[in-house]
Parts: sequence; structure tokens; C-alpha cells
Amino acid sequence: MRVHVNGGRSFGPVRQAAVLAVAAASVIGLSACSSGGGSSGGNASGSVKGATVTIYGPDTGTEATELEASWSAWAKQQGITIQYTGDKNFTANIATKIQANSLPDIGMFPQPGLLSAAVQTGKVKELDSATATSVKNNFSTDWQGYVTSGGKLYATPMDASVKGYIWYSPADFKKWGVSVPTTYDQLLQLTSTIRQKTGQPPWCAGFNSGDASGWPGADQLAELVLADSGPSVYDAWVKGTTKFTDPAIGSAFDTLGKTLLNPQYVNAGFGDVKSINSTAFGDVATPLASGKCALTNQATFLEASFATVKTAAGNTPKVAPDGDIWAFPQPGPTAGKNAVVGGGDFAAAFDANAATQKVMQYLSSAEWANSLIAVPNASFISANKGLDATKEQDALLASAIKILQDPATVFRFGADDAMPNVVETAFWTGMVDWINGKSTSAVQAQIQAAWPAG
Amino acid sequence: MSTSTRAIAGTRPGPSADSTNRGALRRTKLRLSSPWATVGAIVIAVIWTIPSFGLLVTSFRPPADITTSGWWTAFVNPQFTLANYVNTLNFNDTITVGQSFVNSLVITIPATVFPITLALLAAYAFAWIDFKGKDWLFIAVFAMQVVPLQMALVPLLSMYSNGLTIFGTQIFPGLNLNSLTSTYAEVWISHTIFALPLAVFILHNSVSAIPRDVIEAAKVDGAGHGQTFFRIVLPLSMPAIASFAIFQFLWVWNDLLVATVFAPGANAPITKLLTDLSGTYGQQWYLLSAGTFLAIIVPLIVFFALQRFFVRGLLAGATKG
Amino acid sequence: MSAFFSWLAGLPPLAQIPVVIVAFGIVMVLVVFFIEVAPRSGRGYSIMRLCVAIGVPLAVLLILGIEAGAFWVLIIAAILGGGLFWLDYRARGGSGYVIQLFAFLSPALLLLLIGLVYPAVQTFVNAFRSNDGTHFVGLDNFVWVFSGGSTGLIAFINTIVWVIIAPVFATGIGLLYAVFVDRSRGEKVLKVFIFMPVAISLVGASIIFKFFFDYTQDPQIGLLNQVVEWFGGTPVAWLQNYPLNMVMLIIILIWTQTGFAMVLLSSAIKGVPTEQVEAAELDGTNAWQRFWNVTVPGIRPTIIVVWITISIVSLKVYDIIAATTGGQNDSTVLGYEMVKQFEILPPQAGHSAALALLIFILVTPFIWYNARNLKRQREE
Repeated sequence: MRVHVNGGRSFGPVRQAAVLAVAAASVIGLSACSSGGGSSGGNASGSVKGATVTIYGPDTGTEATELEASWSAWAKQQGITIQYTGDKNFTANIATKIQANSLPDIGMFPQPGLLSAAVQTGKVKELDSATATSVKNNFSTDWQGYVTSGGKLYATPMDASVKGYIWYSPADFKKWGVSVPTTYDQLLQLTSTIRQKTGQPPWCAGFNSGDASGWPGADQLAELVLADSGPSVYDAWVKGTTKFTDPAIGSAFDTLGKTLLNPQYVNAGFGDVKSINSTAFGDVATPLASGKCALTNQATFLEASFATVKTAAGNTPKVAPDGDIWAFPQPGPTAGKNAVVGGGDFAAAFDANAATQKVMQYLSSAEWANSLIAVPNASFISANKGLDATKEQDALLASAIKILQDPATVFRFGADDAMPNVVETAFWTGMVDWINGKSTSAVQAQIQAAWPAG
Repeated sequence: MSTSTRAIAGTRPGPSADSTNRGALRRTKLRLSSPWATVGAIVIAVIWTIPSFGLLVTSFRPPADITTSGWWTAFVNPQFTLANYVNTLNFNDTITVGQSFVNSLVITIPATVFPITLALLAAYAFAWIDFKGKDWLFIAVFAMQVVPLQMALVPLLSMYSNGLTIFGTQIFPGLNLNSLTSTYAEVWISHTIFALPLAVFILHNSVSAIPRDVIEAAKVDGAGHGQTFFRIVLPLSMPAIASFAIFQFLWVWNDLLVATVFAPGANAPITKLLTDLSGTYGQQWYLLSAGTFLAIIVPLIVFFALQRFFVRGLLAGATKG
Repeated sequence: MSAFFSWLAGLPPLAQIPVVIVAFGIVMVLVVFFIEVAPRSGRGYSIMRLCVAIGVPLAVLLILGIEAGAFWVLIIAAILGGGLFWLDYRARGGSGYVIQLFAFLSPALLLLLIGLVYPAVQTFVNAFRSNDGTHFVGLDNFVWVFSGGSTGLIAFINTIVWVIIAPVFATGIGLLYAVFVDRSRGEKVLKVFIFMPVAISLVGASIIFKFFFDYTQDPQIGLLNQVVEWFGGTPVAWLQNYPLNMVMLIIILIWTQTGFAMVLLSSAIKGVPTEQVEAAELDGTNAWQRFWNVTVPGIRPTIIVVWITISIVSLKVYDIIAATTGGQNDSTVLGYEMVKQFEILPPQAGHSAALALLIFILVTPFIWYNARNLKRQREE
């Protein structure tokens, strides 16, 4: 097309009739447009065939694929389309969506603290009686506590992970002639033994996780509070009645400092104490596989990180009791520990239509939990009592299921996840500052200051 | 398409067409203006390129090497693989890489065209139509740049889904698109809104720099504002439009937040897929680095394509573009 | 509108691009066509103006899907349209003048009003209300920002540092580079080097930062510490020591914004008449003098636009912080803290708004400068 600055044809005279016709036609035509849009999820009385249920959650990548595989057969059979959307920034974006009242049918909450804040907004629908019964039958009272508000159930637990595993190399343990410790004191003893034998720091740790940096530290502190002070202090701490400045929390900091703040003991394969903050939490798998690092504390999901690292010999490490890498639960003050800290997701419905209710009921069932661990290479487990532990292919996850299903086990959610959002972020920042050399008492006071008044 | 462009920032009308053209031809044959300029350009280019180059090298390295040695050691001990690219292309959690590429295009192209068109109309009025309070209105539009888009997320999202109610009367019942599992409308509108202040600001700069005599001459020829806009302002602002289009395209292409909040999962752009690559608990640098370079291809094509419009001293139909 | 979008969503994705752009284009061409014929005199044109003045607001409301129940909204719109027509009829610039102005400005201004002005006003109000928005608390939120209980004070100081440093370097380097490569062969390719950082998404950039700032002992995987080691130093924890970490993060912003400056300035440089440069050359000036005396004055308006734009970007910085330090170790800025306070449950709306208001306050000097500039330009 050629453009001329001057000259060229100008618009000819316009027929007023034509203009009027255009104006009239446009108004009439536009008024004929009405707002359409069907409703999703069917209605409470009708059938659910052909309905679509949207689930919005924090799991992405392979985890998202596994989730979809776990319910696809059931959904097909029911005639329901389940649309899962994963979002790495789920916690921030669900807050936005709740404030704007633009909600999915089901939200998958990774933090009980966030879940209870969502319930407080009044937008989460109470479970219908069938789902509530199913949750009561399938989950321990510890788990039920996280989905109960004012005596009513608002969500169902879905998957779970167990934190506080100490990862190590069985072959190296054999080489050094040391065995798996059964008390925390023995673990410290083991640390100094390895230090003497190798001359290298035994522990590696990574707290870096973008704007959530510090959460691995918060988990480790929570594990020690639960092990040393017991569930009642732990619960009071999560509620805020036991303050961060309490001596019980201080002593947990001190215990954790014995390893993480000791330049003799950390940060294997990375550097000094400060390098803990610049190391991404999944990257500890690298020195652990290559033998540079002897011990690290991380949840069951660290296992996935070993798929892309190499042993000193150049192979992909095998995770097994007699393999290259294995893990034992961090021991408590006395042998025979039965308190674990863990994580997991909770499904909460924002819509009460029939299809959504049906999906919720399915997610709370043993049927779904078993379907979840049956997915090939699944990284998920569940605390569902109806879970058939023999179906679990992965040795480490099988041991975690055993811990979860043991009636003697006291299960507590990671304290940071169970606390209010504002406290959680302050907690993470506090752990980072603490590694950077801020005094324990200053960090305690700083986190405590974030507690909302009242 | 050939365009007529001219001084967009010079405030004085340029000289006659012929000499401008000859000058332009002569100057393109020149080398860098001085040895100092050459050195300066090379230094800046090298410093600016190293980080991206490092990422490019990283994307071809085996996963285990990436976290155990620096990328610069890859030249001493070369071990390169295409596996990262293959794995990224095969990645699929809810949608495939191909689908997300298409989504990125469908989100980006309209979201670049809309704000530029609307902003150009506004910029014209601010530059060439006199009215009371014009300066203040312009300053107000400019000041809107400072509103962080996170601040507008909740009001906008709420308006799309619940409509707009003023004094108890519903002015706008909402878009009712919540039930749809595939719609780009909300993303387009949001991106358009967020881009407007800067677009008006930047385009006004070039529209107001058009020499007054050119505009007056058109008026004398009997052109109204509509013709002046189409036949003079549009072609003469082409360099500014092109440079802003490059950036608007890029911002939308690389945006994650707006797409995550306003687009349903099936319409997620490539950026969303990139962040999902590493899974819930992983940090799979090897996939991320490869994905980044797959996503950069389109923006670079756009950059090269639109640079054509930064030509010096073209006049009416003088060259074939 | 909803119906159109619903119908559109049913099409294959790639087909939606031309359809929506053509639909938009038809509307825009109609608008410009109307602008062209609006000022013409004659009864027919007057009737047309009346139809448009009343019809368009009605049509817009109908498109938006107004229900018949709110019929009086339509009536009000019609009355407003009539008023507009009357104003226009009496306008000093001749009839058609005001309507033209409306047609030019209203699409952009309406969208801005809904999408940005309304949230901004809401934020302004929220800044003086409690976090749950229930009651007025005066300046309490600002007290919270500047008291020891929050990171507000350090964020405020850091933001000011960002705004002072980043725009100067980004604009300066962008300008120099644009001038350096302006007359060279392979100009387009040379520009890509500087443009690359703009084209890399934040996901990619965050990996780049990792392999740049990484802090370990041995072997190095962070380039910066490798360079330090080559020179015989000991590795530095770049992102963990204040204020070094802030400097490092500002460098990232400069790295990404220079390409923006370079592209805009480059297209402006093309507009400087060659005669002026050649005349200066004949006068025997050197390249540096020509740059200062001919090029810079010629593109001054664009330099100001670029500098102001990058300053505002620096004020709003969020992504870089979120991808690197998460605001820890005192590296936080107002934009990041503001979002953090807001994207949680229950949202701390008051705190978030107070932080946002501080960003607004920091932008005032730019607004003032810009206003003065406009006035000067008009007087010329």
C-alpha cells in the first residue's frame, strides 16, 4: 500500500440515508446480542454427565500429570470432565481469586493456614454429609483437625508427604563403619565421627526457593520443636499461644544450630554456613549423589531430584536401602520416635453443584488414594487409612506410608504452613536471617512481631 | 508496504526530500563513526551478551554437569547434548508445548494491536486538538503508569466475573466467561488496559513532534481530523509505533502473571508452561534453560521484522519496503 | 459482548486472531470515519451526530449486556448523549468538535478509568483504613510502614536508591550504544545483543542470575565468583550482604532496561535531519561534539520520555526481587512489599495500600517535571 501525505482521494460526500441506516442497524443489531454463558457442573438435582469441574492447585509438571492420571479413569466413567490447572504461584493467586470472587470449583490448598483463612472468608462450601462421613472414616483425628472449622468439615485431605528424612549413602556408612542413629544425640555423635573420618563437613543444606526462601529451615525447626517439646507445645505454638520467644522454641533453634551454624559441619559441597541461603533446596541432591555430602535433611519429595544427578562413578543414583542413596526418619530425643512433621494438599469446594460434590467425595475416598499411588512412578502418597501400602512400588514412599498409617504416630503439619500467611513469610525470612548470622533471640523476636494482634 | 516517515523527534521540519535521501544513502555506507565508538560498542555488546550466552551454553549441557561445574568449563571439556530441547518439546502436563506456543501468539498479537490503536487515537487528540484541561488530563494518563498491575488484578477480575454495580444498579453484568474453559477475552482486555498509559506517553512524544506545517497543510487541503490521522500521523509515527510494538509484544509474550490470573489453564501461554516444567518440588535448570531459548525465537523474529520501520528520512513512496 | 466472546472461544485458537482483529478494526475504522465527517455542516450531518451521540452510549451498554431491568440506566445514558450533542452543537470550535474529541479519547480513557483509575482511587482510600477495610485508622498504616515491625523503611530507602541509579545507567548506556552502532554495517544484528535481555523471560533470567551470582566454594558455578577467583580473591555472597545485594539487583534491572532505551532512542536518532550532522561535520567538529551539540538536542524529548519511563519501572520493581532474594537480607523494595501484603489471606489491604501510596508519592516529582515540560513544549 502506498501512502501519500497530500493529495489522493478524499472521502466523497456521504449520503445521509446511508449513515442513518448504518447507525440504526448497528444499534438494533447490538441490542440483539444477549449475554450467554451456561453454568458448569450441572445442577444439584440433575445428572452430572457432561459436567465440567475445574480444579486449581499448586502442583505442576510431572506432579500435575500424576494427579490427572489418578482421576482420569473415574471421571470418564462418571462422564465428568475434570479440568486441572496447576500454578506455581497458587498461594498468591488463590488469594487474589478469592478476593475477586472469581473461583474454581475446587481449590487444592497446600497449607492448612491458608485453608482456614479461606474458610474464614465464607466462600468455601461445607462438605456434604457423604464426603464428611468419608473424611471421618478415612483420616486420623490429627488430619481431620486441619479441615475442621467451628465443628464443621470444609475440605478433604488429598496427598501427603513426610518431612524430616535424613538422606545418606548406605555404602559410605558401611565404609566408615557407622550405623543409622536411633536418637538425636547419636545423630550428633555420628556427625562428628564423619567429620573426623573425612575431614570434610558432613551436612549439606539448601534454603533457597525464590521468594519462599527459608522454608526448609522452618520445617527443620518444626521437626525439633515437635520431637523435643511434644505435640501440645507444638499446637500451642502454631496457634500463637506459645510465642516464638518461648524458651522451648529457643532450645530448638539451639539444637538446629549445633549442625547448621557450625562451619565444621556445613555446607558440604557448597561452601560456608552462609552458602546455605544461596543453595537451591533441590540442589543438595548433587553433592549427596557424588559423595561430597554425607547427610541432608529433606522431605520425601527430594527423591525426584536424584533422577538428574550423577554419582561419582557417573551413573544415576539408585534410591534403595542397599543402593546409592537412602533415608531414615530424623530420630527424636529417645529411640522409637513416633512424631512426624509432614505436608500435603487439601481439596476445598467453592461450588456446591452435584458434579463438584461428587468429585470431592471421590477425592476423600480410599479408591482415589489407591489410584494415586498406582500411577507409574508416582511421587505422591496419601494419609488415607484405606491406602493399600503393598501397592506402593517405591521403597522409600512405602516406608513413609507405614509411618503415616501407624496408629501410634503423632502427625503434625509443618508449623509454617499451619500458621497464618503473614507469620509464615516472617518465619521463612527469619530462618534466612538466622543462617546469615542474626542472633537467635533477635530472630525469635522478629518472627513474633509478625503475629497479627488479637 | 511502503511508508513515509520523517523526523519524528526533530521539532523542525526537515529539508527537501532529495537531499535527505542522498544523505541517508551516503551514511549507511559509513563505518562506525570512530575507533572509540567501535571499542565502546564491542565492550557494551560483550558485557550484555555474556549472561544470555551462558544460558545458551547451559541449555546444551547434560543435566548433571550444570550444577557441578560452571558453564564456561564446557569449552575445555565439551559435552553437549540436544536432550534438554527434546525433553522440553515433549513436556506435557495439561497442554503441549505446541499448544502453549499457539496460545502465546493468540494472546500477544491482539494485545499488541489494541492498545497501540487506542493510544494513537488518544495521543493524536492530546497533540493536535485543543481543549480545556488537556495538559492535566494528559498528565493524569501518564501518571497511571505508576499503578502496579497487581493492584488492578482484584478489581478487574471481580468485574469480569461479577460485573460492575454502581449505586446498587448493575451497569455491566460481567463477561460470564467463567464457565468457559477456553477464552482469551479477559487476557486481551487486561493487557490492553495495562499498556495504555505507557503507549499514550510514548506515542504522544512522536505524534506531537510532527511539524505543525505538515498538519496545517493537510487542513488547507480539506482533510478533517480523520484523514489527517490516517494519512499523515499514522505513517509519520511508524518508527515510534514499531518500537513500541516490539516492546508491547515482548511484555505480553513474556508475561506470566496476567495470563495466570486471567486465562483458563487450556489457554496458558509458553511462559506458564516454562514455569511448570520444573514440577512442584524440582529445580530443573536444564529444562528451564532450553525452554527459555525455545520461547525467545518468536520475539527475535518480531524484533527483526519491525526494525525495518526505523529507516532514516524516507518520504512518500520513495522506497519499496 | 459475552455472546461474541463465547462464540469466539469456540473457534480454533489461531483463527481467533484475525477474527478479533478484524472486528476491532471495523469498529476503529467506523470511529475514524465518523470523526472525519462529523464536523461537516448540513442537516443530515446534524441528525447523524445526534444519532451517534445518543446511540453509541446505548449501544455500548447493550453490548456489555445490560439487562432490561436496569432500563433507567439506558435512559440516563441517552440523556447524557443528548447533553453531549447539545454541548457539541454550541461548541466554540464549531459543531462536531466536542464529539470528535470524545471519539478520539473515550475508548482509551474509559478503559483506563475502569482498569487503573478505579483501583488507584480504591488504594488511596484503603491506605487510611484498617486491613480488613472496616474502619478508618488515620495514619496508622504509615506508622506501621516506618516502624521497626516491618521492612517498610528499608524498602522505602532502597526504592529511592533504585530510582536514582537504574534510569541514569540504562538511558546513558542505551543512548551511547544507539549512537555507536548508528552508522555501522550490521546495525540490526549489533542491536540484538543489547536487545536480548529484554526478550528473555523472567524464568530464563532467574536461571541466568543463579549461574551468575551463585555463591559456593569450589568448583564455581557462578560466573561472578569465578572471575573473583581468577583474580585471586575469595568468593563473595553477592545476594546476602546489604547493600551489595541491592547493587547487584539494580544491575539486573539496568541489564534488562538498556535494550528498551536503545530501541526507542535509536528510532529517534534516525529522525535527526542528516543535514544538521553533515553541516556540523563540515564545520570541522569531532564526533563527540556532534553528539553533544546536534544529536542530543535533536532527541531530547525522547531521552526524557525514556528516562521517565525507566524511572517508573524502577519504582514498581517486583519481578526481579521475587525471582532472586524474595526481599530477604534487606534487599526488598516498595513494589515487592506491597504485593506481598496483598497476595495473602487475609489480605493486609491497609498495609499494602500504604506502601502503594508511597510509590505514588515518589512518582510526583516526575509528574511535576513532565507537566512543566509539556507547558514549555506548548509555548515553543
